[in-house]
Amino acid sequence: MPFIPHTDDDIAAMLQTIGAPSIEALFDEIPAALRSGERDEIPPALSEQAITRLMRLRAQGDEQPSCFIGAGAYDHYIPAAVWQIATRGEYYSAYTPYQAEASQGTLQVLYEFQSMMTALTALDASNTSLYDGATALAEALLMAVRANRRCKSKRVLIPRALHPFYRRTVRTIVEPQGLELIEVDFDAASGQTPVERCAALAGDQGLAAVVINQPNFFGVLEAVDALTDWAHEQGALAVAVVNPLALALLTPPGEWGAAGADIACGEAQPFGMPLSSGGPYAGFLCSKQALVRQMPGRIVGRTLDADGKPGFTLTLQAREQHIRRSKATSNICTNQGLMVTAATIHLALLGTEGLEQVARTCHANTARLCDQLCALPGVERAFSGAVFHEQALRLPQAPNTVLERLASEADLLGGCALGEHYPELDDMLLVCATEQRTEEEMQRYATALATILNAA
Amino acid sequence: MLIHDQSRPGRRASALAPSQAPEPTGIPAQLRRRERPRLPEVSELQVVRHYTRLSQQNFSIDTHFYPLGSCTMKYNPRVCNSLAALPGFAERHPLAPVEYGQGVMACLHDLQEILKAVTGMSAVSLAPAAGAQGELTGVAMIRAYHLARGDHARTEMLIPDAAHGTNPASAVMCGYQAREIPTGPDGDVDVEALRAAVGPQTAGIMLTNPSTVGVFDRNIEEIAGIVHDAGGLLYYDGANLNAILGKVRPGDMGFDVIHMNLHKTFSTPHGGGGPGAGPVGVSARVAPYLPVPMVEREGEGYRWLTEADRPETIGRMTTFGGNMGILLRAYVYARMLGREGMARAADFATLNANYLMARLQQAGFELAYPQRRASHEFIITLKHEAKEYGVTAMDFAKRLLDHGFHAPTTYFPLLVPECLLIEPTETETKESLDGFVEAMIAIRREAQEDPQRVKDAPHTMPRRRLDEVRAARHLDLAWTPQQADEDGDGQ
Amino acid sequence: MSDIPADLKYTKSHEWVRDNGDGSVTVGITDHAQEALGDIVFVEAPEVGRQVAAAEACAVVESVKAASDIYAPLAGEVLEANAALGDAPELINSSAHAEGWIFRLAPSDASALDALLDAAAYTKVLEQED
Repeated sequence: MPFIPHTDDDIAAMLQTIGAPSIEALFDEIPAALRSGERDEIPPALSEQAITRLMRLRAQGDEQPSCFIGAGAYDHYIPAAVWQIATRGEYYSAYTPYQAEASQGTLQVLYEFQSMMTALTALDASNTSLYDGATALAEALLMAVRANRRCKSKRVLIPRALHPFYRRTVRTIVEPQGLELIEVDFDAASGQTPVERCAALAGDQGLAAVVINQPNFFGVLEAVDALTDWAHEQGALAVAVVNPLALALLTPPGEWGAAGADIACGEAQPFGMPLSSGGPYAGFLCSKQALVRQMPGRIVGRTLDADGKPGFTLTLQAREQHIRRSKATSNICTNQGLMVTAATIHLALLGTEGLEQVARTCHANTARLCDQLCALPGVERAFSGAVFHEQALRLPQAPNTVLERLASEADLLGGCALGEHYPELDDMLLVCATEQRTEEEMQRYATALATILNAA
Repeated sequence: MLIHDQSRPGRRASALAPSQAPEPTGIPAQLRRRERPRLPEVSELQVVRHYTRLSQQNFSIDTHFYPLGSCTMKYNPRVCNSLAALPGFAERHPLAPVEYGQGVMACLHDLQEILKAVTGMSAVSLAPAAGAQGELTGVAMIRAYHLARGDHARTEMLIPDAAHGTNPASAVMCGYQAREIPTGPDGDVDVEALRAAVGPQTAGIMLTNPSTVGVFDRNIEEIAGIVHDAGGLLYYDGANLNAILGKVRPGDMGFDVIHMNLHKTFSTPHGGGGPGAGPVGVSARVAPYLPVPMVEREGEGYRWLTEADRPETIGRMTTFGGNMGILLRAYVYARMLGREGMARAADFATLNANYLMARLQQAGFELAYPQRRASHEFIITLKHEAKEYGVTAMDFAKRLLDHGFHAPTTYFPLLVPECLLIEPTETETKESLDGFVEAMIAIRREAQEDPQRVKDAPHTMPRRRLDEVRAARHLDLAWTPQQADEDGDGQ
Repeated sequence: MSDIPADLKYTKSHEWVRDNGDGSVTVGITDHAQEALGDIVFVEAPEVGRQVAAAEACAVVESVKAASDIYAPLAGEVLEANAALGDAPELINSSAHAEGWIFRLAPSDASALDALLDAAAYTKVLEQED
């Protein structure tokens, strides 16, 4: 019996202690009419060897060629040490550190993660993670609406140049609570979200929050100082959605504009998390100190033990569902502890210098790739705005056809076609070349694209 | 000592980073960071040693018996992890074409089918990222169901007073008012109170069965009838599904919506607090509202179902549609249990719980519901020990750590004073359970003879009891460079 | 037995009320309430200028393990919140009836004060709870 240690003698002795004739008798409080038997729809048990064979076969079929897709999930190198340590049983098979004295390892890792995220965002406080980037934004908006007591409306301005899946996820989660999401369009030439367009939508009931995305879905860098200052002039909280890797190079949200963004959130996947078809990743959420009691999720604090030694414990728990119940800041209880453990080890290995090198290499690779591709007739950068490590390109042929041929003829995934989410951008492709892409792969991309476009 | 305290300017784990990259000239100067972020600057060995040593300060399933009630801390098979980490699965981009995803999609599709069969629901979506998000998803679907029928009067979600705190929090996140239903003295929901509470304002009821007090609610069919007759839907909180896996199906009990905690019942790692996975299952009338994406079989292949295929969906729950790596681990586990192994999990989880309960009772500990069978977990109350020796449930919990046992869940559910909620799971040996009983007896003896020793516990952990009041009053949530100057001697 | 000063009025939900004689009242939580909550770590006070209804939840007192709503004993306007509690919420533990006051209120109907419990009646409430 897989994973069950009981011998026949054990079972007999245990039943005798209980005073029950059989294991079956222990279920005698369940109404007999409801009982179900084995289900034929469920396949019979497989041995470890057999399931290994099956999964290897399936995984082999999924091995993918060189990947130039970004669009919210990025192929970065993960040092070997990251997951060898993160999957140690002491991290992998522990739970939420309710008993602090028996969980100092997990608690200190989480405190160090909080410290790394506050350093990157230049904000005061961080939680220990949410499910992913999109849910972190949803929680950030609920938090902003709770915290912004001066604003009587629940109106939130969201850039249309924000990831389409973020916008869809946020809608699912926040609309039942009456938040009104107002989308502000981007400038077709620059790809940026202009302050003037925001102003046109401000309305007269006030805005609770303004979302500022750096870089935005198109990879384009927004004028974050002006947007932050404008948001504050409206009495709104400025909610930053940032790629944390980009913060190795870019102004951190805490320093945007005159007063800094109030909340920053985003996707921590670039820090040591495998792409894994979309999850598990980890959302992060940081804020100014004044907002910390409106934060959702677990938070770790440093304190002293009975002997005066420094140690760590969950804190501010009175915000949470297990105490506040229907008045909690969120229903969340799980964080993404294991992913955060990996992210913390990853950041410790890279350090300040290593992280900056990765960010610079991504920026340079994407620029070099786009230079090569834009040398081809009819291919051009779609927006004039500066980018971090993704670029929208305009193609002279339908992007989906081009992508199919790049895959079949050159064994590479050439990017993300934008038309599905932005019908007016149906001639555009979003490409990303991380530090993982080699000179040879980029050359292969350019050569293949030339062949495809020539043949037309 | 923090990793930050080991940092020295200029030290690097240099084998890892790419070679010298050029200045990012494409980024305008006014958008560039003025000061570099203060991350640790340490060697690779320092990192490996630091996080390995930190791990040794944790209790975990792999190192200790961990009978944390309502959390199902059973063995997490290693093979589940190694197979989910195969390069074909781990390195696949979420937006890669489906031709490069037939393997993972086959697993997800099979998992949907297995979960449907074992819960008796007519459709399943794997999208929710965790149990609490599964609850939010489930309640959002109940809301969508009523609104689609033009029924705007349903404003209340009924929730037993013993429920997990996530239940009322999730209901409120969906715009409902949470209304509490009392629990009767025998642990079952007070049916008369329920009858009095339902009406045209009732959106539904959220139930855990077996309940949070560790007993199977024998009136479940009557409860289902009362709520359905009032036009409400039944929501099943799958936190305790391990107790009834393969024995009785939520669909057959009359539930319309359920969520499952795969990190409990299907043994995916708890990871120090996540990631989880919280698939939802529904009856046919709620199926149109399931979150996307879902996987559909089409001929010999598989494809994603999105908003375009499912126009009435409540939408996406996460950016890319779920914690795929966790779902793969659950799939491996489910295939290894197989059809015959599902009920076996419940059999031995229940045997272990009832054995441990009987032994503790025979040792003189008071059960909260002595007249009932335990499900996969049960509650003892230490109110006599607290009154007579001044030693609380929390003191017992801390002293258990010194005996090498992780503490059970303390002070939940709230309606039993000085309680421990104990869930041994099916993967523990009789010897572990006997050892736990001996430890409890030893602690009680110590509470009589030297209560201060118990109140001061733990004595053998890396830290003594932590000052939570100080942590909350003087918030220290992050290392700062200024702090480094003040605490020059480290810790 | 906890301290129940005779010169204060009380509610069943364990707030105390002092008539300041200038058209305002001061509100806090009773000694019994602070004892039951344990070490107070945070107080969320009502905003000055807010109009509150009688029995409306308008402040929150947090300990490590619990969060407790504070209800307005009378309808009226919030005049002032105790700023000292921001840095020193423990004042509620050390001095529930004096330095640990939570907010001042201008009752819209001063006569409603008479309907609150006096010390003797509140003592009975506590006895019944036991």
